[in-house]
Amino acid sequence: MLHTVNKSPFERNSLESCLRLSAAGSAILLFEDAVVGAVTGTNIADKVSAALADREIYVLGPDLAARGLDQSKLIDGIKVVDYGGFVDLSVEKSAVQAWV
Amino acid sequence: MSEIKKFMYVNRKAPYGTVYALESLEVVLIGAAFDQDVSLAFVDDGVYQIMNGQNTTGIGMKNFSSTYKALGDYEVTKLYVEKESLEARGLTVDDLMELTWEDEDDDYEEKPSIRLVSSAELAEVMADQDVVLSF
Repeated sequence: MLHTVNKSPFERNSLESCLRLSAAGSAILLFEDAVVGAVTGTNIADKVSAALADREIYVLGPDLAARGLDQSKLIDGIKVVDYGGFVDLSVEKSAVQAWV
Repeated sequence: MSEIKKFMYVNRKAPYGTVYALESLEVVLIGAAFDQDVSLAFVDDGVYQIMNGQNTTGIGMKNFSSTYKALGDYEVTKLYVEKESLEARGLTVDDLMELTWEDEDDDYEEKPSIRLVSSAELAEVMADQDVVLSF
């Protein structure tokens, strides 16, 4: 299953709910304002890191770049995808839950 | 012959402040016309949608909470409520409406529709769906 999050974790609880309700083995894609949750040093970084133990986490590169966030600041284990990669994930995973 | 799919509607918004809750309920009722395995999840502020004792006379909006009681007649009988979301809001299952359905295979016995589940349990149910619709 693919979970998508597009809201900042500092404004909404979407990412926290996603982390709480995604099963082991599922994939999570952060895009739009949610990409701020993919970098180190935030107050949600520990929860994101912990989720990487049993889930894949992806972040949309163009949204990182648009916000001036450098890929070198990403939490270890988070993978960067482009729009094509977003499409691939949507097709590969059985269903998509959008944490809007 | 069409294949029966598992549809889950995920509700995360409180009613009345935005139109999401009502929209979700309408889509559920429309979807109920199709022969699918439907379930609803109430998560985050979505748990407020099924609070007992809603009274909207003061805000001039239609109180649609009684519609949840009709879901059983549309064979929508699985309403998952996340325990952690209730607890975070100081609520228990006793604060929710009593929602039931009649089991025609069991002498029309009234059975509870609400299934109180943990985050981990709900995550497993969600991961098992064919289609998830988010509101």
